[in-house]
Amino acid sequence: MAVIDHDAELARAGANVNGWFGSLVFFCRRYPLGAIGAAVVIVFVLTALFADYITAFDPTRTDPRASLARPGDVHLLGADFMGRDMFSRIVYGARISLAVGLGSTFLGCFFGVIIGLTSGYFGGWYDLIVQRLIDIMQALPLLVMALVMAASLGPSLENTIIAISIPIIPHVARVIRSNTLSLREMPFVEAAKAIGMSEWRIAFQHVLPNTLAPLIVLGTAQLGSAILTEAALSFLGLGIPEPHPSWGRMLSESAAEYVRTAPWLVVFPGVAISLAVFGTNLLGDAIRDILDPRQRI
Amino acid sequence: MAAPQPLVANRAARPETPPERVLEVENLQTYFYSRSGLVKAVDGVSLWLRRGETLAIVGESGCGKSVTALSLMRLVADPPGRIVGGSVRLDGVDLLGLDETAMRQIRGNHISMIFQEPMTSLNPVMTIGRQIREAIILHQQISHRAATARAVEMLALVGIPEPAQRVKEFPHQLSGGMRQRAMIAMALACNPKVLIADEPTSALDVTIQAQILELMAKLQRELGTAMILITHDLGVVAETAERVIVMYAGRKVEEAGVDDLFARPMHPYTRGLMNSIPRLALMRREAGPAVERLQEIPGIVPALTNLPQACTFAPRCALATDKCRGQYPPYEQKLPDHWAACWHSDKLEGAADA
Amino acid sequence: MGAYIVRRFLLMLLTLFGMSVLIFVMMRLVPGNIVDILFDSAGFIDPAQKKQIERELGLDQPIVNQYVSWISGLARGDLGYAYVSEKPALDEILPRIPITAKLAGLALFFSVLFGVPLGVISAVRQDTALDYILRVVSLSGLSLPSFWLGLLILMAFVQYSGWIPIYSAAPPTLWQELLLLSIPAAAVGFRASALVMRLTRSSMLEVLRQDYIRTARAKGASDTAVNYDHALRNAVLPVVTVIGIEAAFLIGGLIVTETVFNIPGVARFLVEAIRWRDYPIVQNLVMFIAVVTVVINFLVDMAYAVLDPRIRYD
Repeated sequence: MAVIDHDAELARAGANVNGWFGSLVFFCRRYPLGAIGAAVVIVFVLTALFADYITAFDPTRTDPRASLARPGDVHLLGADFMGRDMFSRIVYGARISLAVGLGSTFLGCFFGVIIGLTSGYFGGWYDLIVQRLIDIMQALPLLVMALVMAASLGPSLENTIIAISIPIIPHVARVIRSNTLSLREMPFVEAAKAIGMSEWRIAFQHVLPNTLAPLIVLGTAQLGSAILTEAALSFLGLGIPEPHPSWGRMLSESAAEYVRTAPWLVVFPGVAISLAVFGTNLLGDAIRDILDPRQRI
Repeated sequence: MAAPQPLVANRAARPETPPERVLEVENLQTYFYSRSGLVKAVDGVSLWLRRGETLAIVGESGCGKSVTALSLMRLVADPPGRIVGGSVRLDGVDLLGLDETAMRQIRGNHISMIFQEPMTSLNPVMTIGRQIREAIILHQQISHRAATARAVEMLALVGIPEPAQRVKEFPHQLSGGMRQRAMIAMALACNPKVLIADEPTSALDVTIQAQILELMAKLQRELGTAMILITHDLGVVAETAERVIVMYAGRKVEEAGVDDLFARPMHPYTRGLMNSIPRLALMRREAGPAVERLQEIPGIVPALTNLPQACTFAPRCALATDKCRGQYPPYEQKLPDHWAACWHSDKLEGAADA
Repeated sequence: MGAYIVRRFLLMLLTLFGMSVLIFVMMRLVPGNIVDILFDSAGFIDPAQKKQIERELGLDQPIVNQYVSWISGLARGDLGYAYVSEKPALDEILPRIPITAKLAGLALFFSVLFGVPLGVISAVRQDTALDYILRVVSLSGLSLPSFWLGLLILMAFVQYSGWIPIYSAAPPTLWQELLLLSIPAAAVGFRASALVMRLTRSSMLEVLRQDYIRTARAKGASDTAVNYDHALRNAVLPVVTVIGIEAAFLIGGLIVTETVFNIPGVARFLVEAIRWRDYPIVQNLVMFIAVVTVVINFLVDMAYAVLDPRIRYD
């Protein structure tokens, strides 16, 4: 029988981990992809928050002399056909994407949780109707629904957030509902009822916290999808309007015509979108791996 | 406690001269590496099994009995578990030294295992016949048709009615008891030398339980299979086993023939287990006021990551002294064919309840 | 199984009905009606003309009547008139369908071709370097906006060859058309493959944790037999349902990809119709998309019933 180094095996499994710094290092070793994702997301958020400090130009300021400037000293990532600085537009675009992404995800999750929780917990006619509504809303593809909503409401920042949040609601509601259905049968709910707690309190104080783990996983996945949907809507001209800089709209403005002459107009906004979504997805995956109880030894 | 009546048919057929040993396990150690530390799930367990014999391994959840069984089959998930020491000799061959290909030829062929949950232990999208056939074809060079015929034969042997029809059915079309019978058929299809049954009846109704146990005893007689029966139910042990091993916190604490074990338990834990069984006398209040309460063993099983040098049962033992809390008792022979690890076995003599 | 089919069918009809109501309502969220919008873009408002157009379009009827006349029109195959081109809506929509169907079919084909095997490999070799690479690649597939991928593909073609894979006229043979369409199909399919890969992977992992896998190993089955025989048979069941979900997923990709590659399909038409405020067309198109999605889901349910013996023999 080969000699086994117990300590090495234990270290690999994560025993002897002390303090928050030790936990952080363990997290990075055990979930390297998640750590990268977290780093990307942090960069994304910081960029959005400190946009004013890291950019030299106003993203909406046009400068005909700098039209289609190549990436260089003055304009770090070049300039578009109106002479607007790409770097600033991308940095401020992070703000927009983050705002829209977070806003719509938050909104969608908020209503989704309320609907899913009440529907799953209280059941009855209400649940049947809600279930059918969820099925109907989910049957329409995400982009189509967002498109139609955006078209009906008209292009604006707020309307885009609403339009994207609408398809998220049934998605979240469905997951939360099925979670609630199984949680409802658990002994701790029965125990709460036995001591005379009201149904509403049980639902919100006991059942709800237990749905948070899957909600976080779902939320991060939806965040990535929300950012992509905003990009698609703006690309089609039905999302964020002028003057807000939106990565998706930057791509539509530059498509086809400048593909040959100014490829940086196509590359950089796309890279920004991809990185942001990539980071969110990586992080979401890692969170899901951590929260999955079967992974724990 | 008086020894219960043995299952007559099972014991009476035993030959007089004890047959040779088919399985010898020496100092088996299986450890798990987890975030909470090193778990010594099986810590130096030795056992042996004669041909055709039934050995029961008893203990509470978490004592290491299932991990022992999985270690014998080398089915322990790696990571996080690893067999770190010991030997397992099946008819002289050390299974722990074989490579995976050779081990695969042994599994299901010379040594088989059946599990607790018949509901989930069968592949739902394959027919029963196909799953039994697989067990046969993996180890024997016979035709598809011959294998199917053998599968039908096995199903008949385990008492499933209309076997030719059942062979084409899917697991969800069978009841729990029938599924367990099918599992037994699958495990015995290649006539293994040893059958390991890990809590085979725990998930079944009590009446079905009796049927399955009877079936297993009958098949053992007919096929000469040795069996290791893992259970937490002393009633099952009394009915089917010839020898018993009691495990606690990864180690053996007592080992004896079944009659001896019940008549004179040498370890306080074993005695505690026996006293915890609700008995009819108790319920009819015939035993007298002194034994009116259902006796439990106080405390809980210790966390396996932090075992002390002392006797692991000491915190829960009524007879524990400083000697117990200082040093782990040696595993030694207390009586002919009866071993235990306790400093105070003598205090238990005669103290077993009537 | 019969009861299952009937249940699913009735559910499908109910869902279609609900969706038609939902779509109808969504189109009328804007205060005012399309006539206002049309006049808005024209710049002036003539009340008399407005009233006349409203009457033409049936907009002066109560809401319920409008809904009923729309639905009955659909049943008859009368989709009304495209406002901009003034041709019957059906004439505008019908010729565009085959192209989108070919594109969607190709994308679906690619996604299953690459997604399923890679997902299985990734699951079977969990936590190895190969698994990590595959997961990163699939995740990037999900993170890339498909229109950007399309743009990059176009850019590459422009840069390195003289020819741009834009659909300008119908190619002579079916084979050539499929070849041309396979480029945008790759852009859409990349994302779809990633989805299929991830779902296959998690489905396989889930199955590999089950008790019956342990039983198979206890019988002495080899790893190949366990993974590709025992596990895969069970793992494909949820993947089949995923294909149904994918149908909806694909349409989003189709919309933008058709726009990028200038393909005259149904998906691009939707966007054009929205831009031109041709609301009758939009309403009918969305309904069409809804019907297709729901029917595909129904077919997937049927396939599932056939594949899963638990439903087949019930």
